[in-house]
This record gives sequence, C-alpha cells and structure tokens, in this order.
Amino acid sequence: MKAPELVVDATGVAKRFGRLDVLRGVDLSVPAGRITGLVGPNAAGKSTLIKSLLGLVRPDAGRLLVLGQPVNGDERYRSRLGYMPQAARFPENLTGNEILAMVTDLRGAAKPTDRDLIEGFNLEPELDKPIRTLSGGTRQKLSATLAFLFEPELLILDEPTAGLDPVASCTFKEKLLAAREGGASALLASHTLSELEELADDVVFLLDGRVRFHGTIPRLMQLTGFARLERAIASLMQRGVA
Amino acid sequence: MKSAARKILGYQLRDIARNRWVIAYAIVLAILTEALFRLGGAGAGDRVVLSLLNVVLIIVPLVALTFGILYLYNAREFIELLLAQPVGRKAMFAGLWGGVALPLAGALLVGVGIPFLFRVGSGPLAAGALFILLGTGVLLTTVFTALAFLIGLSFEDRTAGFGVAMVVWLFCAVVYDGLVLLTVAIFNDYPLETPLLVLTMLNPLDLGRILLLLRLDTAALLGYTGAVFQRFLGTTLGQGMALGALVTWVAVPLALGVRRFGRRDF
Repeated sequence: MKAPELVVDATGVAKRFGRLDVLRGVDLSVPAGRITGLVGPNAAGKSTLIKSLLGLVRPDAGRLLVLGQPVNGDERYRSRLGYMPQAARFPENLTGNEILAMVTDLRGAAKPTDRDLIEGFNLEPELDKPIRTLSGGTRQKLSATLAFLFEPELLILDEPTAGLDPVASCTFKEKLLAAREGGASALLASHTLSELEELADDVVFLLDGRVRFHGTIPRLMQLTGFARLERAIASLMQRGVA
Repeated sequence: MKSAARKILGYQLRDIARNRWVIAYAIVLAILTEALFRLGGAGAGDRVVLSLLNVVLIIVPLVALTFGILYLYNAREFIELLLAQPVGRKAMFAGLWGGVALPLAGALLVGVGIPFLFRVGSGPLAAGALFILLGTGVLLTTVFTALAFLIGLSFEDRTAGFGVAMVVWLFCAVVYDGLVLLTVAIFNDYPLETPLLVLTMLNPLDLGRILLLLRLDTAALLGYTGAVFQRFLGTTLGQGMALGALVTWVAVPLALGVRRFGRRDF
C-alpha cells in the first residue's frame, strides 16, 4: 500500500459528552514521517482526539482519516497503528509473554517483528511472571514494547514516559527517534515540554476542543517571542489563540 | 484461521481460570455439596439436589452479577487497549463475555459435580435431577453475566452500576416472589393457573425452580398448582415455552449488550 502523505487528516471533528463540548471542530493535517507533539491544558480534548483516532470514541460530526483510511468501524487500519495508553492495565493473571502472544495473535501475525525494546528495557526476565507481581514501571515498559512490536506506520503515544525511570525513558526516546528514521510517524501527547523539545518536529496546541496552533517549534517560539517551549506554551494558554 | 472472538476468549479463559475468586467459588460449592451429602447420608442424592437448588437459585445469580460487573469495570483500560488492536467490537464482546460466563459455569459444574462423582455406585444419585440442577445453574450463569455486562456498559459510574445490579438480583430472587404471592392473595377468587404460569415464565429464577421441583417428588407439595404446572410443562408445548423463555432471557440482554458495546465511546 502506498504510504499516505497525511497520517491524520481531520476536518471539523466534533464530539460532545452530554452537555460538555469536548471537541468543537478539530481541523488537523499531520504529515507523515514526523513526530508531532500534542499539547494543551487538562480537558482540552487531547485524550478524546486520540481516542477518536483509535476508533474508541465516535465523533458526532466531521471527517476523520487515519493513514488515508476513514475511521468508520472497519478495524483493519488499526493493524498499522501502535498505541501506548497513559496508564496500561493488563489481565492480572496472565504473564508478559502471554500478553505479547495475545496481541501477536490478534494482529494475525506469526511473531513480533520488532523486539528491540524487550532487549532495551531488559524485559526478558520479567516476561514469565504474572502481571500482578510486576511494578508499575515494568507494566509501562511492557506497554511501550507492545506499541512498537509490529513496526507500525503511526505511533500514538499518550504520556509515554510518565511512569518510566530516566534510563528507560532514554531507551524509549532513542527507540522513537530510530522509528522515525525508519519512516514511521508519531503523535506524542505530553505535558513534559522538555521532552517535546527534544523529540517533536512539530507541535499541535489544543485548547477548548480546537487546534490553536500547528507548526514547528522554532515557528512557535518566533510567534510568541519566548525562547523556551514551556514559556511559549504558557503564553499560548494565557492568550488562548496563536 | 481462528476468529478474533475465539482468540480473545482463549486468553480470557487463561486469565480468569487463575482468578482466585473463581477458584474460591468452586471450592465453596464443593464444600457445601460435600457437607450436604454427609448430613444426608448415603443415597441422599434427591435431598442434596433439593437443598442445592436454593443455593443455586440465590448464589449463582449473585456471583454472576457481581463478578461480571466488577470484571467489566476493572478491565476497562485493557478493553481500550484491545480495541486499539485490529479487532471488531462484536468479536471483542463475545470474547469478553464468554471469558466470564464459561469459567463461572465451569466452577459450578466442577464444584457441585465432584462430590457427586465421588459417590457413583453408592446408591441412587438422582442423576436426572442433578442434570437439571446443573443445566439450570449454567443457564442462570449465562443470563446473569449477560445482564451484568448490559448494566456495566450502561452505567459509566461504578457505584451506580453495582447498585443497579444488586437491585436486579434482589428483585429476581426476593421481591418478585413476594409480588406473585400478593397477586395470588388479591385475586384468589379467580382461576389463576394461566396467569401464574405466565408470571413464572417471566422470572428465570422461578422458571428454574419449577423445572427442578417437578423432577423431584416434592412437586406433590405444590398441591393443585403443582399439578397444573406438571400438566402444562409435561406437554411438548409447555417444555418448548419454558426453554424458549430461558433462551429469551439469555438472548435479549446479550443482543442489547452487543448493541451498546458496538456504539459506546471508551
């Protein structure tokens, strides 16, 4: 299949939960081959947007293409995605190996194609233990491993390094950059702005359910007049619109 | 090529079969059955089944509802993770529900069945009655796990969902019979056989109880009404309707659950 030029193509995507307008018409075109940071204050709609891309949340209005495919209930496009949720939870009585086997099985694959992170995190000795005996950090490592396991075209990462120790966090970042070199794209939601400064090519700033800024980090700094991403974002939050 | 539902089911079974609550459930049932046998003495099969009937009618729905709904709420993040894989929602629902209903039904069969198996050859075992008891128990497990899933998917708030599940259980196990008795008391000047039959069909617990009591000699205690039930449920039409009612009780919550699961946001 020809690689699409846009990994995410959203027009007027809206979602409301009860009386809460979470997404109020998101227009977003994320180009392929780049790491795009997704930032915004709490309740800006980041999670809802990510869940819409995964087909977990069904938007009320708008058009949403992921990797060139409309998100319409057909699950096949998700075999080209890798997803790492904010807090991963697995069945307590299964082992890491069983979970890897399960995801491999569900993807209809013979075996994982990318076991780099198992080595990188030194996860092998933990994989035979039941999940309930593993620490939160180890579960998070397993979750990161699952996201990269099948060389996905698009990685969707929700606060990936939040539960990782500094060493694991470094391993993870190197892996992400290597994946981009290999042609993968990534959408990276994060509150850790130094991390975005390090990893992201572009930033998308979401506020009150709309995209308020989408561009490179230098462009954002130029626009706001601040030389640090943290300051630049804070100034965006205060002004509301870029 | 295995379907996605069967793949999910396979891993679910591995997880839940190791769940300590499911294991504890099987052990408690085994101890209870064994104790009833020791109290009743050899050849007490009939009486043991009768005593177990009340256990099955009360405990099985309660365990199925509680375990089903708690499982669904606890697996929330994992369900999201699986739905982010190339898996359809119907397959996902089937795998999840089967993964809860089958181990619970298995625990019931093992827990109650093993003490009976130990006594094969030492007197009458009431095999027919036991078969109906276990069949009823399995059907009640499927009905109430399906209801648990439907409730769990309909209420975002765990406390509310759990509360509704308990109300459903209380209604089916206790309140309903009270209402039926009240109806009988109020309308006792009228012929009530047909309305009573219908009312019984409407509650899966009552239906299970009648089906089993009719297998045992205790049916005589039901007096005239028992005779009416016996006459009706003895016919092909009656058995077909009883079976149809139980199947409806399984199918309707499942169909509604699949629909909700397919449409909801996670």
